[in-house]
Amino acid sequence: MAIGGDPKTGFVALNRFAFGARGGAYAGDLARAASDPRGFLKAELLQPGIAELRAPALPDTKTAIQSLFAEQERQRIEREKSPPAPKVAAAPPTSGGDTMMAQGETAPAPAMTAPAQGPKMKAAEPPVPQRLLRADAMARFQRAVHAPVGFVERLVHFWSNHFCVSAAKGGIVRATAGCFEREAIRPHVLGRFADMLKAVESHPAMLFYLDNAQSLGPNSKAGQNRKRGLNENLAREILELHTLGVDGGYTQADVTALARIITGWTFTGRQRRIGEPGTFVFVPAAHEPGDHTVLGKVYEAGGIEQGEAVLADLARHPATARHLAWKLARHFVADDPPKPLTEHLAKVFANTGGDLKAVAVALIDSDEAWSAPLSKMRTPEQFLLAALRAIGRMPEGPGLILGPLNALGMPLWQPPGPNGWPDTAAAWTSPEGIKVRLDVSAAIAGRMRDLVNPSELLETIAGEAASRETRQAVARAESRQQGLALLLMSPEFQRR
Amino acid sequence: MSKTTREPACRLCEIPSPSRRALLVAGGTLFAWAYLPKFARAASARDPRLVVVILRGALDGLSAVGPVGDPSYEGLHGQIALSLTGEHPAIPLDAFFALHPAMPVLARLYKAGQAAIVHATATAYRERSHFDGQDVLEGGYPGPGAIQSGWLNRAIGILPKGDRVGTRGGLGVGSSTPLIMRGPAPVLGWAPQIIATASADLAARVMDLYAQRDPVLQVALAKGLETERIAAREGMSGSAARPRGGMDTAVGMRLAAEGAAKLIAADDGPRLAALAFDGWDTHANEGGATGRLAQLLGGLDGAIEAFEKGLGAHWKDTAVVVVTEFGRTARINGTIGTDHGTGTVAFLVGGAVKGGRIIADWPGLKDEQLHERRDLKPTTDLRAVLKGVLADQLGLSASLLASTVFPDSAAVRPLSGLIA
Repeated sequence: MAIGGDPKTGFVALNRFAFGARGGAYAGDLARAASDPRGFLKAELLQPGIAELRAPALPDTKTAIQSLFAEQERQRIEREKSPPAPKVAAAPPTSGGDTMMAQGETAPAPAMTAPAQGPKMKAAEPPVPQRLLRADAMARFQRAVHAPVGFVERLVHFWSNHFCVSAAKGGIVRATAGCFEREAIRPHVLGRFADMLKAVESHPAMLFYLDNAQSLGPNSKAGQNRKRGLNENLAREILELHTLGVDGGYTQADVTALARIITGWTFTGRQRRIGEPGTFVFVPAAHEPGDHTVLGKVYEAGGIEQGEAVLADLARHPATARHLAWKLARHFVADDPPKPLTEHLAKVFANTGGDLKAVAVALIDSDEAWSAPLSKMRTPEQFLLAALRAIGRMPEGPGLILGPLNALGMPLWQPPGPNGWPDTAAAWTSPEGIKVRLDVSAAIAGRMRDLVNPSELLETIAGEAASRETRQAVARAESRQQGLALLLMSPEFQRR
Repeated sequence: MSKTTREPACRLCEIPSPSRRALLVAGGTLFAWAYLPKFARAASARDPRLVVVILRGALDGLSAVGPVGDPSYEGLHGQIALSLTGEHPAIPLDAFFALHPAMPVLARLYKAGQAAIVHATATAYRERSHFDGQDVLEGGYPGPGAIQSGWLNRAIGILPKGDRVGTRGGLGVGSSTPLIMRGPAPVLGWAPQIIATASADLAARVMDLYAQRDPVLQVALAKGLETERIAAREGMSGSAARPRGGMDTAVGMRLAAEGAAKLIAADDGPRLAALAFDGWDTHANEGGATGRLAQLLGGLDGAIEAFEKGLGAHWKDTAVVVVTEFGRTARINGTIGTDHGTGTVAFLVGGAVKGGRIIADWPGLKDEQLHERRDLKPTTDLRAVLKGVLADQLGLSASLLASTVFPDSAAVRPLSGLIA
């Protein structure tokens, strides 16, 4: 199906595949996408290193974990010095304190405090995990808001959610959730799925989140000594969520076997006995000895290569191809994706040995991705990022995004479970959720100064895709702010 | 109309007796600028405050201050016209005008000589776009266009060096500074720190759009709004009942006014403040003595009271100016509301105001007396009022007011005698 030339396909390219068109200084995305929407998206995939994210302020996992350990050590020493000290900064403040309204356009003078609040306490330096999470959050938000196309960032978010970790698990994950995305997800988003799988399952954030770091082979030396044993949490999720899918044909015996096989996959703690703190390590003394059978195949006794072999086989399993193809199609096209599309994507995945760039290209080349109605809901994060793109502003700190994300029920890197954030329209159209989107839209619009005419902005970001009713509602608003809020709440903006 | 309490339109009047301060500033040399204002204030011990409240959406002036003595009024405004009789009678201000019953505080201040009402007023803008109309109102230019600064900010900018008002700068209330206060002069920002509940008007407009375009979102939002209503009614706390306080609610208006009053009352605080209240675009079911507009006016009344209380001893030197981008149609429409119009009212409130009077050159409401046969005809240029307040309250000269604060407005003379 040829699709170039129809101006509405530019809207589909930007909304279905990315975070919408940019307004402000970068207005014109719609026209750039419209002449050759497929080429517009594919060109981004060809840019070298497009998915990577490196910045001096963003540490690697090892550094992040060591900073955390150092802070914990300092706190321990201080506690011992003054036992009954009141816990001032002990509880890590979540980002829940941030709100859209936290900062005016102009900062209040130092001597002035908001009258409703009383004197402001001098803000203590946030704890290390929170500081690290905010820095990485900011980098992630900036990427999405500034991306000229944005399809690759959507892929990053998709895979990051597929292999989610949760900051709620504790300081280790909070400190490394951003590292995890940069180190285990981004390098492989346009590479091979097998490489991503291996990077994910050996990352300290995942090993801590799904408890494999403390799983011991019952018959290993460490297991025998400490009278502790297997934790099959990670093994189960590898099979159920990360690769085959819940209907992928595995059994409880397969779960247990895989759990045994990946015993010893852990990361180094603060004692430097087995290596530098905060790095992945395979500990032979914790590894369950012997041959193990997964999905009918015997993996001979061995060390880390035993687990690596299973992961490699899982990555090329037909059930994995089907599961991932379905999930990708559901994410980008429709809650109930067309079967021919999922079958085609699975075939491409299988035929290319899990080449994720080839799969992304196949998605772009499909007819379904352009003909299906835009019936998906933007998630709260996609909504906020799309809003920032539209208004052409990026807040100076991440709080103005993290706060509303909390209010909208989608705290960053803190999904309710290892299955990640839900990916259906129904999950994001709860009454409370939509009501809060309304409040957040009003707050975003209320913060804006130097607003352009919202009707012009609607033209910039939706063009001919804007319905007559939405045009009218925006044009008839009682103020520019109200017009912008209406634009942000319009079906054209909420759906993708 | 001959009314003792009303003054004739003074658009073409000279300032007959400018205050001493105004004279001094107007005639000041560079040398004089440095100390004379201080001297003048030291002599009078006066430390003036000026607050401007913008009502976004266009206030129906004929419903806020009803010309109940005009024979055409009731016929035009129909069932939402104010009346001196009935269950919720309007409050008579003189033999001709009556104030909306939702504004007892304003009525009290009016009777105490601390509130004046300007009627049949408008900016120079004669189209009917809210966005452009607000730009003209706040920017202070004769017409719309790319406007970067507001007249209140520019007024701060031309105050003499060392002037207390100029040094303290302005205060912009709300999550973004209203255009009227934006510009090169120093401005502080403050807003109540909450994700406020979106205004009922915005919610209604989004619901209307969903009804036409997206039934799924329509159902979800309807339920969400209903849940929140119940939660608020039951006094629930937590996320289900986040603090209300949008700038179109009585709570929000009062909170904003209380906060602003505290800040500008402080010795080291700013002396000028700008606020914006929302929700005045009453196209449908506007309500008369009770209803939607009544709630908004009640909110405004509460904000005025919050200023009076919060400013305490400074109230006597304070002027609060309430303005809107334009008025609404004189005739109600098919949905018992009013559409975008032209002439409307402005309120001047505060201890510094020479109040107890209505300032209007009443144009009448007969068909041929209406602007384009639909709107209250503006007979007083709002800029004359604003310039008069700035001249008397801050001591700004007519020439600077006409060149810098309200560019190209030399023909619009400042209205004199607004400040006591």
